[in-house]
Amino acid sequence: MSTADIESESPAPPPASMSTSGRRLGDSVFSYLSIGSGLLIFLTLAAVAVFLSTESLPAIIASQEFAGTADFSLIEYTLPLVFGTVLASAIALLIAIPISIGIALFISHFAPRRLSSTLGYLIDLLAAVPSVVYGLWGGIWLVPKLEPLYGLLNTYLGWIPLFAGEPTAPMRNLASASVVLAVMVLPIITAVSREVFLQTPRLQEEAALALGATRWETIRTVVLPFGRSGIVAASMLGLGRALGETMAVLMILAPGATFSLHILEVGRHNSIAANIASKSAEASGVDMSLLIFTGLVLFVLTFLINAIARWIVARSGPKS
Amino acid sequence: MAAPQPINIEDLDIYYSDFLAVEGVDVQIRPRSVTALIGPSGCGKSTFLRTLNRMHEVIPGAYAKGRVEINGEDIYDQKVDPVNVRRRVGMVFQKANPFPTMSIRDNVLAGVKLNNRRISRSASEELMERALKGANLWNEVKDRLDKPGMGLSGGQQQRLCIARTIAVQPDVVLMDEPCSALDPISTLAIEDLIHELKQEYTIVIVTHNMQQASRVSDRTGFFNIAGTGQPGHLIEVDDTDTIFTNPTNKQTEDYISGRFG
Repeated sequence: MSTADIESESPAPPPASMSTSGRRLGDSVFSYLSIGSGLLIFLTLAAVAVFLSTESLPAIIASQEFAGTADFSLIEYTLPLVFGTVLASAIALLIAIPISIGIALFISHFAPRRLSSTLGYLIDLLAAVPSVVYGLWGGIWLVPKLEPLYGLLNTYLGWIPLFAGEPTAPMRNLASASVVLAVMVLPIITAVSREVFLQTPRLQEEAALALGATRWETIRTVVLPFGRSGIVAASMLGLGRALGETMAVLMILAPGATFSLHILEVGRHNSIAANIASKSAEASGVDMSLLIFTGLVLFVLTFLINAIARWIVARSGPKS
Repeated sequence: MAAPQPINIEDLDIYYSDFLAVEGVDVQIRPRSVTALIGPSGCGKSTFLRTLNRMHEVIPGAYAKGRVEINGEDIYDQKVDPVNVRRRVGMVFQKANPFPTMSIRDNVLAGVKLNNRRISRSASEELMERALKGANLWNEVKDRLDKPGMGLSGGQQQRLCIARTIAVQPDVVLMDEPCSALDPISTLAIEDLIHELKQEYTIVIVTHNMQQASRVSDRTGFFNIAGTGQPGHLIEVDDTDTIFTNPTNKQTEDYISGRFG
């Protein structure tokens, strides 16, 4: 602040007016509001965590009491669900990540400007489609369309454990659920990757081009290394959505509870979220507590994945 | 290597979409010498520089009409791939731009490894050492070749970029105000380097600094514009001594003596 400013603001004789006693009302209101909003996040998270922990206690206690009797085991109930959840999400990511990076690169570096903005808009629209709609579309339209593909995979690639087993129509199997999950996480991964790719410093790209790099070489030497942490973050966001996705899985997957790797077989897997959604309406007492326990496991799982993602991003981020 | 040939530029017009940015450049650039381009901001000297390796095409809507003949070949011929042009005509930018994820070694070899050119380890080590020595950087970095290139000082980074450019053994090196972000000592190091580089390369340098132009160049070209919205013109090219002591054109004289701009 220049001296001229100070002089013009305090023309009055008492110079004490510059040390205002107390803070301005607007400032303190705004400050409390923003602190409050920040605290609310912690409170909500804590409330959810406390709810999940206390409500799942009965199931944990019951499993201790019945330990040894074969008809009730917390671990045996939860682990297949965790397995199904993780497997479905992992396959969904495996399908979605390469496609998303391809689309994002096309939008950011290959498409003519008008096409790229239209395409970006469509991708955002895809993210806004409710999951029930994906569930309907997947269950009624996509599943029959995938049958011939599954047949081929099973016949010719059946030696790979994933495609082994005996697929039977209708193909309400884990593979179908994963394909629909892939479609659902695709927009998130694409949108985030696209933003990161667009932020590649122009000077870096020109450096590569001036060395005689082709467009693909420029992307390989500059854009992808620059966007690596962004891709990881985008994928983890996608994974978060895939892990918790309920409706699509519920409406497509015929549930089961095994550790089978045969993703083409029907009635072998289920996900935590879909399992809770299908059973919570009729559950009570220890059964309800058991479902809440699986919810707690899912909560911790997504928490861990987020932590890992942050760690990776921090480690491999662009050094400035 | 064949006898060095001049760069022949004939009737070159440069456009940004409909806007004519630079008009009617006719000039011959001597091989194995330093040609400096000076002129006020916005007169099109950087634009012109970029047309010498078709880097202006990176900007949407930019195109050039005319002939630019390098090694007897018109780089605007329809059969010519800009990627190949840029391998013959390297470029150093205003701000040092080493690849941030790469080590010093990988930065120098980045251009060499492009296009899947296979190169043995010993050959690449030798090439890297030659390029770093050529850029007067070897002694400063030889003990930390695997450290990131971004860890160097600004002047060292710019010399790393020069090493990266000469590692692909171009015929021509274009420099777009290479010292504008550097302190005087680093600037001096780059200017010394330019003197050495002209033994092997044809150098065209754009600079805002007239002292620099007079220090480093053999020939100087003066660009000017009549006003905003008007195309830039190459007013005069001559030996640097002549331009700075006895220019033919009144505009050049005014600019040199600081009477406008």
